[in-house]
Amino acid sequence: MAKYKTHLLVCGGTGCKASASDVIKDKLTRELDEKGLADECQVVMTGCFGFCEKGPIVKVLPDNTFYTQVTPDDAKEIIEEHIIKGRKVDRLLYKDPTSKEEISDSKHMGFYKKQMRIALRNCGFIDPENIEEAIARDAYAALGKVLGEMTPVEATQIVLDSGLRGRGGGGFPTGLKWKLTAQEKADQKYVVCNADEGDPGAFMDRSILEGDPHTVIEAMAINGYCTGATKGLVYIRAEYPLAITRLKIALEQAREYGLLGKDILGKGFDFEIEIRYGAGAFVCGEETALIHSMEGERGEPTFKPPFPSVEGYRKKPTNVNNVETYANIPVIFLKGAEWFSAIGTEKSKGTKVFALAGKINNVGLIEVPMGTTLREVIYEIGGGIKDSKKFKAVQTGGPSGGCLTEKHLDTPIDYDSLIACGSMMGSGGMIVMDEDDCMVSMAKFYLEFTVEESCGKCAPCRIGNKRLHEQLELITQGKGSKENLEKIRDLCGVIKDTSLCGLGQTSPNPVLSTMDNFWDEYIAHVEEHKCASGACKDLMKYIIDAEPCVGCTACARVCPVGAIAGERKGPHTIDQSICIKCGACVDKCKFNAISIK
Amino acid sequence: MSSVKIKLNQKEVDKLREVCASFNNEPDELINVLHKAQEIFGYLPAEVQEVIAEELNVAVAKVYGVVTFYSFFTMIPKGKHPISVCTGTACYVRGAEKVLDEFKRRLNVEVGETTPDGKHSLSCLRCVGACGLAPVVLVGEKVYGRVSPDGVAEILAEYEV
Ligand SMILES: Cc1cc2nc3c(=O)[nH]c(=O)nc-3n(C[C@H](O)[C@H](O)[C@H](O)COP(=O)(O)O)c2cc1C
Ligand code: SF4
Ligand code: SF4
Repeated sequence: MAKYKTHLLVCGGTGCKASASDVIKDKLTRELDEKGLADECQVVMTGCFGFCEKGPIVKVLPDNTFYTQVTPDDAKEIIEEHIIKGRKVDRLLYKDPTSKEEISDSKHMGFYKKQMRIALRNCGFIDPENIEEAIARDAYAALGKVLGEMTPVEATQIVLDSGLRGRGGGGFPTGLKWKLTAQEKADQKYVVCNADEGDPGAFMDRSILEGDPHTVIEAMAINGYCTGATKGLVYIRAEYPLAITRLKIALEQAREYGLLGKDILGKGFDFEIEIRYGAGAFVCGEETALIHSMEGERGEPTFKPPFPSVEGYRKKPTNVNNVETYANIPVIFLKGAEWFSAIGTEKSKGTKVFALAGKINNVGLIEVPMGTTLREVIYEIGGGIKDSKKFKAVQTGGPSGGCLTEKHLDTPIDYDSLIACGSMMGSGGMIVMDEDDCMVSMAKFYLEFTVEESCGKCAPCRIGNKRLHEQLELITQGKGSKENLEKIRDLCGVIKDTSLCGLGQTSPNPVLSTMDNFWDEYIAHVEEHKCASGACKDLMKYIIDAEPCVGCTACARVCPVGAIAGERKGPHTIDQSICIKCGACVDKCKFNAISIK
Repeated sequence: MSSVKIKLNQKEVDKLREVCASFNNEPDELINVLHKAQEIFGYLPAEVQEVIAEELNVAVAKVYGVVTFYSFFTMIPKGKHPISVCTGTACYVRGAEKVLDEFKRRLNVEVGETTPDGKHSLSCLRCVGACGLAPVVLVGEKVYGRVSPDGVAEILAEYEV
């Protein structure tokens, strides 16, 4: 990247691309050409910067200027003002929500201040479709070091010493997994990268593959060397077309550069990587199901043991790791196990990437040292709750996790503390909820997901979750009683204890944790048939108060189903049997005559 | 599962055989073959599955078992402009359900159905990973972000020609 004085980095992640960031890139390039600046200034399309809330993002290097919500029409001004005249375009700078001041250097933004980027180190800095840029930022240096200076046993020891634990959800020590696979004797072994990322609301693996695919390729090769595998497979969701394209390009380039294939870097080590596609089944993220899916079967889990490290893909020893786990590997070799293990808490080392989403000001992808508190993540990095509403809960661990509340905000985040609070790390989805969200509905939402995604192989999960969902359905319809709550608790216990795989074993977690933390809300639903947040439609009614109603007919005209009757200048009424509870009438009434009961 | 009865012509059968051959007729590659076949035909009717089973030398029941297991595969033709509403958690929390309801109402179809004129099919999908834009709607490959129920009419209008 050296020959250019200035770089304009345009985010090319899925989110920003959906907002026309490639048009922005083209326009910037054209402006530079027209002004004869193409030799001094380069436009690069990078992976995700993480600050998706304010996308599309354009960042100018070397001065770190961070332009937010850029449109194609802004391209001209950025070039003419910033690049030519050296004056920043103030209106596009990020404004601090509290001080209202414009912040030009991204290092000073609340969103980035507390972050520490290891797995995401290259995302947003390089053109992921250009291996040279990755190499300029040390890609494949760790592979060179491992192949040149270490035996497989020595290299595995470094991963063990680093304390790295799997980022796919389970938190199993990565070095130990490698060692177990290495110990097996077989004519062929495999390493597999799990890029199925099924947790809805999590998008870190996608961003890593879109922003820095070479780090995953490099780590898989190191993994192959350490375990004695010469073949790697990436299992990736078909819903991620951009990540697939960039990974394919990266694989091609790595082969061209002799970093994949036969006799890598002249060290006598052979390694190849193939891609396998998922087809929309959450359970295929579970490693045994994933392996069956790669074999062209239905993605149904099987009992462990045997673990994949003993008997995996095509019945051969197979090491399965998550994308983010892999993204940490090269850095550990370059900076040392000691450096890595100094970050984080006693039992959870390094950093974790979280996808912040929901009712939060700064939706995006963040990476923080283990041990950071939820409060720091939500308020300092996330910028607090949207529309100044009140924080209610944060859900971690997706469909297997739980809801944490106000009282957990100062808990340091790591694998063990989250479990102690009744949730789990999971893959790193973090969904923030505010006062308008109903916790019973949330639990039902996750259950709906589980019911849909259960593979159906074992009865507790297939039938139990369906029954559990029915119970919750009754409650949100105002037909539940305390007896239903008891049934729910019982069922949760049975499903947890007797399901075959992790999906069923954890599926009651969202229900149990909301019951533990929001018991009053469940009680209000079953005893008073009330939903305080107004989310359960069946428990509410729209009513027109005759007193303030002047008969302007505004509500009747907007009602999509014609549920409102009344004479002009006379009081109006709503026919409850027709009303679909869309709320359109409330917004239209200027006299505050319509209320929710 | 309901499916559509069609008759494949020789050209289409040959095309399918080519696809299978490009994966060396390996039973392992069934899912990859199905992805390709769906790309070509838009869906996977029984007749297509039969040809694939024969070529890869596996039972038709197995192919059917795989097709019905994965939500990405469909045995019903999709609309010309298929609409998918993301109902992942982030979109759900930001009001995806109301958006979905509005699509159902305006198109007068349920999730998994196609409008009688074959223009739009409606489906849900779990997270495209653009949670910053929640709620997200996809029409074909085009991504619409921050969709409100009021915005639904506008999106549909784009496809009124
Ligand atoms: C229902 C279920 C879904 C899972 N989904 C994923 C997933 O999407 N991505 C992932 O990396 N791991 C997922 N896992 C965990 C994997 O089984 C496995 O533990 C992980 O890929 C191992 O890699 P790691 O040690 O690097 O975390 C899932 C587990 C279960 C039980
Ligand atoms: S627990 Fe659920 S997903 Fe897992 S094997 Fe049993 S039915 Fe399938
Ligand atoms: S809530 Fe909607 S359906 Fe019900 S009366 Fe008001 S406008 Fe009509």
